[in-house]
Amino acid sequence: MSGAHHYNPDDPPVLEVEDLSVDIKVPAGTLHAVNKVSFSVRPGETLSLVGESGCGKSITSLAIMRLLPKAARLSASKIIFDGQDLAALSEKQMARLRGNRIGMIFQDPMTSLNPVYRIGDQLEEIYLRHKGGGRREARERAEYLLEKIGIINPTQRLTQFPHQLSGGLRQRMMIAMMLMCDPKLIIADEPTTALDVTVQVQILQLLRSLQEEFRMALILITHNLGVVARMADHVAVMYAGQVVEKGSSADVFRHPTHPYTRGLLECIPHPGQSATRNKLGSIPGIVPSLVGRIDGCTFRNRCNYAFGDCATAQVGLRDVEDGHSYRCLLPPETFAAGKLEKA
Amino acid sequence: MQSEEDKYPQAQQVDGKPLALDIQHLTQVFHIGKTWLNEGKPLRAVDDVSLQVRNGEVLAIVGESGCGKTTLSRLMLGLQKPESGAIYVNGQALVDVDRKAFARRVQPVFQDPYSSLNPRRTIGEIIMDPLLIHDIGTLEEQRQRVEETMAKVGLPHRMINSYPSQMSGGQRQRVAIARALVMKPEVLICDEPTSALDVSVQAQILNLLQELRNELNLTYIFISHDLSVVEYMADYVAVMYLGRFVEVGPARDVLERPKHPYTQALLGSVLTPDPELGLPDIDLGRGFPDPLNPPPGCRFHPRCPKAMAVCSQKEPEKLTVDGTEVECHLYAKEDADIPV
Ligand SMILES: Nc1ncnc2c1ncn2[C@@H]1O[C@H](COP(=O)(O)OP(=O)(O)O)[C@@H](O)[C@H]1O
Ligand SMILES: Nc1ncnc2c1ncn2[C@@H]1O[C@H](COP(=O)(O)OP(=O)(O)O)[C@@H](O)[C@H]1O
Ligand code: SF4
Ligand code: SF4
Ligand SMILES: [Mg+2]
Ligand SMILES: [Mg+2]
Repeated sequence: MSGAHHYNPDDPPVLEVEDLSVDIKVPAGTLHAVNKVSFSVRPGETLSLVGESGCGKSITSLAIMRLLPKAARLSASKIIFDGQDLAALSEKQMARLRGNRIGMIFQDPMTSLNPVYRIGDQLEEIYLRHKGGGRREARERAEYLLEKIGIINPTQRLTQFPHQLSGGLRQRMMIAMMLMCDPKLIIADEPTTALDVTVQVQILQLLRSLQEEFRMALILITHNLGVVARMADHVAVMYAGQVVEKGSSADVFRHPTHPYTRGLLECIPHPGQSATRNKLGSIPGIVPSLVGRIDGCTFRNRCNYAFGDCATAQVGLRDVEDGHSYRCLLPPETFAAGKLEKA
Repeated sequence: MQSEEDKYPQAQQVDGKPLALDIQHLTQVFHIGKTWLNEGKPLRAVDDVSLQVRNGEVLAIVGESGCGKTTLSRLMLGLQKPESGAIYVNGQALVDVDRKAFARRVQPVFQDPYSSLNPRRTIGEIIMDPLLIHDIGTLEEQRQRVEETMAKVGLPHRMINSYPSQMSGGQRQRVAIARALVMKPEVLICDEPTSALDVSVQAQILNLLQELRNELNLTYIFISHDLSVVEYMADYVAVMYLGRFVEVGPARDVLERPKHPYTQALLGSVLTPDPELGLPDIDLGRGFPDPLNPPPGCRFHPRCPKAMAVCSQKEPEKLTVDGTEVECHLYAKEDADIPV
């Protein structure tokens, strides 16, 4: 079973983001956390933002939700959700969208679940806040949803407190909470990172089936390339606040082109590879500081192909093939397997 | 009274050499909610676990969170005294070696390189501390050993006066490895050593551990929940479920021909970065195991897609199937015949 295509490429996007940047004031100066990021996602489509810690994935999602820390400044030429310009909404209007039309799931469900209230009360509260209606109606919807997402004994579960649930069950509750309203877009930030592998698969399956049924768009943020390959229709690989490669997941995984994307894939042990026979590829060095201006390519201090111009030139996105682009000065042929000696 | 060592003697080695690590029937029970009046409820975090590791080999322990991996590693490090069972390191019983001497031979590398290093000490001091505690060598020799060890793990000399807060996660994990190696241990117990790191840094650390193993003939106990990492590192694999080893064998056999349904589910859940494949179908029940109330019979039966009638009634015995030890009724001929 292949993951792709539960969406119609001709549908208008649910969310369209263009040139989104976030600067954060820090004691040492200005931290450029996100730098001119653009993407869009359609009904039923899954877009993954993938990259290592600190590359700007969470700040990007918080910027969309307008939940940035106080010291952060957002700029964008477009953040259009369902025909509305999010940047132009008042805080009150934004609050009405959050949790209602845009659902969020985080790595740690406890950041969204209140430890002192019963699960059922929290689910009902969401419904009452956004949908109005009576408590009875809210309770019925909660029970229906829990049943639907495969929770055994929903009535009893609703009376429990968050700490009485396992990690996987809490994440299911988060999903139920999101479904109490009818979101068009889900933003899931590392939703399965803290879970055991078997539970991870179950939660991803659940997200996938709900997404198909309700035609929700999903922005799936993760550092796990396996999760991306199996879930995403489209991928944006982020590094140091920029998108360095993007395209359909089939194209990006079949023809990874940016040296960072290629490096990441070589770092993961693949089936049959063993340390006694075969060393893992690794990316030397660490991510540069994002404080202050970075001239040239942000990846150059770790890149095996770096040459003189990489330190100074403006590096824009260029096409590998239609709909698949990467941010590098060298042409795609450079990276065709075994074609060129590394510099 | 009969000692644990009399009850549980070490395994015989075929080639006559002692095993690097030999663990016999270890059990650790926590008493939850214990007060001076109340015995508490027993939680068998490690339940009759045995393992044998030869010199220079890597044994990986895999299993979901809460199955007892860290508790087992603390027992192997001598940080906790087991309820019962015996531990031998290169032929010597742990009880016969004093705590300090034991620590020289078995050293830990923990998961979180952020919390496991003292933020107020320099890298040089952190790596030298074990030598001071164990009073090994003159100051000059200690300095030299710290410098050699730093070089070995790829830490530049200029970092000797840096503090952990000035270092990246990968560098901190190198410090943790250096601190363990400076004692010239025989066994390194690595508890999720790369799970807090990014994959590019994980690769650097795995390559380093592999180089060190070849160079120093180290033995590793490698605890991880990531099966692709385990496949890469391990010679032997032990799969743990609710305190027990349910499958133990050569890495290739366990990972390529898993026998226990739980091992099969774990392997089925590995998501390789292959966009042709969608999500796997794993046929597991959702019941989450409660270690305070382990199910009767086979502990895995509420989630097992292959459970039979006998599975909820009788604990499966350890059987050897094609060189792999497995605890599952499917492999016991007479049990498998009972219809569901
Ligand atoms: N509240 C904050 N104050 C200052 N810097 C921050 C804050 N939150 C995030 N950052 C910085 O912004 C960058 C991007 O962070 P983040 O989006 O959280 O990364 P990711 O989610 O990809 O791991 C990092 O350099 C991080 O240190
Ligand atoms: N000091 C302790 N007191 C009580 N229970 C504990 C203690 N340490 C661990 N446990 C319990 O023992 C079981 C095994 O825990 P642990 O060894 O940390 O598992 P793992 O490392 O595989 O995640 C868990 O149920 C845990 O809650
Ligand atoms: S622009 Fe230069 S440094 Fe950047 S990825 Fe391309 S070759 Fe490497
Ligand atoms: S003993 Fe039964 S329940 Fe347990 S793993 Fe084997 S088949 Fe499944
Ligand atoms: Mg994040
Ligand atoms: Mg642990």
